[in-house]
Amino acid sequence: MAATETTPITKPRLPGSFEIAFRLLLANPLGLFGLCAVVLIVLTVILAPWLAPYDPIRIMVGPRLAPPSLDHFLGTDQLGRDVFSRVLVGGRIALLVALASIGAALTLGLALGLAAGFGPRWLDNAIMLLFDTVRSFPVVIFGLATVTVVGPSLATIIFIVVVTSIPTFGRVARTQTMAIRNDEFIVAETAMGAGAPRIVAVHILPNIIGPLLILASMDIPVVITIEAGLSFLGVGVPPPAPSWGSILSDGFSYIRNTPWPVIAGGIPLILTTLAFTFLGEALRDIFDPKLRKDA
Amino acid sequence: MPADKHDGILQIRDLSLAFRTPAGRLKVLRDISLDLGRGRILGIVGESGCGKSTLISTVMRLLPANAEVTHGEILFNGNDLLRKSEAEMRALRGGRISMVFQDPMTSLNPVLSIGRQMIDIQHRERRSLREKRERAADMLARVGIPDATSRLSAYPHQFSGGMRQRIAIAMALMAEPDLLIADEPTTALDATLEVQIVGLLERLQEDFGCSIIFVTHHLGVVAELCQDVVVMYAGEVAESGSVRDVFHRPAHPYTEMLLRSDPGRIHERTRQLPTIPGEIPSLIDLPEGCVFRPRCPKAFDRCFVAPPAYEAGHDHHATCHLLARETVA
Amino acid sequence: MSALLEVRDLTVRFRSKTALRALVERDRHPWIEAVCDVSFSIGEGETMALVGESGSGKTTLARAIIGLVEPAAGSIRFSGCEIGALSRGEMKRVRHDMAMMFQDPRGSLSPRLAVRQLITEPYRIHDLKRRDLDAECRRLLGLVGLPAEFGERYPHQLSGGQARRVGIARALALDPKLILADEPTAGLDVSVQGEVLNLLARLQDEIGLSILMVTHNLNVVRHVADRVAIMYLGRFVETGPTEDVFRQPRHPYTAALLSANPESDPDARMARIELQGDVPSLLKRPSGCEFHTRCFRVQATCRDVVPARGAAGRQDFTCHFPLSDELSITARRKG
Repeated sequence: MAATETTPITKPRLPGSFEIAFRLLLANPLGLFGLCAVVLIVLTVILAPWLAPYDPIRIMVGPRLAPPSLDHFLGTDQLGRDVFSRVLVGGRIALLVALASIGAALTLGLALGLAAGFGPRWLDNAIMLLFDTVRSFPVVIFGLATVTVVGPSLATIIFIVVVTSIPTFGRVARTQTMAIRNDEFIVAETAMGAGAPRIVAVHILPNIIGPLLILASMDIPVVITIEAGLSFLGVGVPPPAPSWGSILSDGFSYIRNTPWPVIAGGIPLILTTLAFTFLGEALRDIFDPKLRKDA
Repeated sequence: MPADKHDGILQIRDLSLAFRTPAGRLKVLRDISLDLGRGRILGIVGESGCGKSTLISTVMRLLPANAEVTHGEILFNGNDLLRKSEAEMRALRGGRISMVFQDPMTSLNPVLSIGRQMIDIQHRERRSLREKRERAADMLARVGIPDATSRLSAYPHQFSGGMRQRIAIAMALMAEPDLLIADEPTTALDATLEVQIVGLLERLQEDFGCSIIFVTHHLGVVAELCQDVVVMYAGEVAESGSVRDVFHRPAHPYTEMLLRSDPGRIHERTRQLPTIPGEIPSLIDLPEGCVFRPRCPKAFDRCFVAPPAYEAGHDHHATCHLLARETVA
Repeated sequence: MSALLEVRDLTVRFRSKTALRALVERDRHPWIEAVCDVSFSIGEGETMALVGESGSGKTTLARAIIGLVEPAAGSIRFSGCEIGALSRGEMKRVRHDMAMMFQDPRGSLSPRLAVRQLITEPYRIHDLKRRDLDAECRRLLGLVGLPAEFGERYPHQLSGGQARRVGIARALALDPKLILADEPTAGLDVSVQGEVLNLLARLQDEIGLSILMVTHNLNVVRHVADRVAIMYLGRFVETGPTEDVFRQPRHPYTAALLSANPESDPDARMARIELQGDVPSLLKRPSGCEFHTRCFRVQATCRDVVPARGAAGRQDFTCHFPLSDELSITARRKG
């Protein structure tokens, strides 16, 4: 209630907002788990080539479809490849696709959203029409159509994800911009003679970027599953390169012989998804102004 | 302390409240005591951060989860509100105790018509729908809404700010409460509308006979409307008593300075207005002794010890050591 | 006295409905006049106050002067230049000499910038980066009485009064000739109001600023303004030297505003004028004298005939039946 608002505290030095955010993150068990898991996953994936005991694409390093053993932690697949090594290296592709495409989608969506939110009415209408057109296509249909035309590759997957996620970021950026464009501090800048580029870059962007970064961190697992889904359907990363989706897909064909490849491909996918989701949700709670007032 | 506690409607005794925050414990209210007599209008004045809104929220038991009452009691008709269950409190709110807020839209639902809302709040009464409707229209007429019966079907946004505040008052008085708490009800209104609302509250109080707590930072409104006043500073009661005593013979230096800096009091044109230098202390580490000491021009060595509430006259108290010195000398 | 700012017959319009809807409904006048035929001038070193209630158009008038809203008619001359005729580059020059302080002390400060950046923002906007910004920041903070350490604080770490001082410091950055102060004391406690007003008065004495102050608080005006204009529904209903207007208001609305300031003395009872009803909507301006719906002295003429501008002494007003000396609004002691 108004109670805390009407209590100005004048302390010599107040902790910066990032310091408080970090402290709140550490105080949130799920958020802490998410943070640790994300750090661990990223480290593992970066170090994958050194951690992997076998070459992930070399065939017949062991018997086919072997269950887990000390030689092969997660067993082998139908071509006798080491599944553990494939999972580690496949994680690289998953994260590369996720980070590259989310990064690009965030940048482009932000630019378009800012233009729509701060620009003239006609520009807003044009950009919104574009967003709605893209969003009215089912993602899977759009993805299959694109792959059919340009062929499966990592770049194609990134392209598909970028195009389909831009409207999500763009809409949030636009709404946030519109919410503050008539705030008094923006009017004050205009009155001082500041031009639109300066107002957008210096005054609007820092105030709307928080929610977008949270949205991005929560979108990363979605993208990983899109990549996995497309690879599972056989239109993703072309073989023999390992990816979580193709590990699942291969394992699925031999599930009657052994369940291990499916489990090995599924668990890191679930773990990564959960880790990023927990981190994203914790960040969202921390940046929610209603919860931040106590800080 | 005043002796006639029997006809009091609300007594607050040594109430202390703290907020737990990551930065430390905010001691927002400290040893607050006040008495509200039946049928009296009490003004609570103070500047932002003095805890007046928190005090109201504590009486209504509408506190955030990190608040903690560390001490004291709030007696309403002799029963301690702090010991009541949540269900009992819900029955009291909007029943025996009602509230009017600064922004009338807080208490009005924007998607329901005024009439519907005024009928809904009579859900505890056993009356026919038609009687409830008539009562609602009657209530609106009493707060000065012209053409009340036909306006029942209108929605909150169709009224101006002043009219909305009148409707909020009508709704608060619907249950004929014993206590009406008005939290800065005129702050958002223009001066000419503020005059109207103050006049309205004055008339309604005479009609209904309820007690009113009027929270404001506007000293002129207190002088106009209230009989008793409590002056708060940084979470404590600095001075309390009848409006006439406190405004004519302020016993606490803070009250004195507050009254002096009211530009409405200064009739001669001046380029140098009186102010209170300094800042409100941090509620995490409070100054030693009297909270007002760092800003007080009359502070002396004894002020490093926290002053009790000294008697300054009949039912007139102030927490300032100067009063003790006067009685000694 | 040479006029620094001269406003003639200024009108500001806003659309009340979209062009298409107006066409469909055959509404020839889909506008509301937020400011209507307003004329005044401010001399160098002078303080003028625009007083009115919400919706009176006082803020819109100030925003039109600094170029945030486009006027529909009339002229604004600043230091002899017609503002409407200026190019974008020339307008930026004018903004050098004019600064505005906004209502919300904290809300008008960009929340993610430190005070140091906020205060020096005007230099960056006007490409004056070559100046020693740290020294400027210290000078400006000193001017408004804040210690230099405040440069490192963020808006949410400031109290209302401190935020207001930062706003003043920023307004002073480019050594303006005119400051437009929109409700400079709004949201401040009485003990701090005085500080801000004293600061403005001191700066005016030291730097020779002209100030156009927009406020609803007559108590504040009395001590700061040389002249005052009372606005109602976008028009000036009374203008004159502050002392004269306070001593003897001529327009009934001015008198009502003056009496609506309850004094913090429980025994003083004002000859209270309680106006009836609300401010009418700008969409439906009353006929005749626009104040007649709320006036306590209304007569038949007022409902039909638009009053002409009258004058008494140095006061101007638009009223058929102006108040004269017999009805004076002074505090009387009760019994």
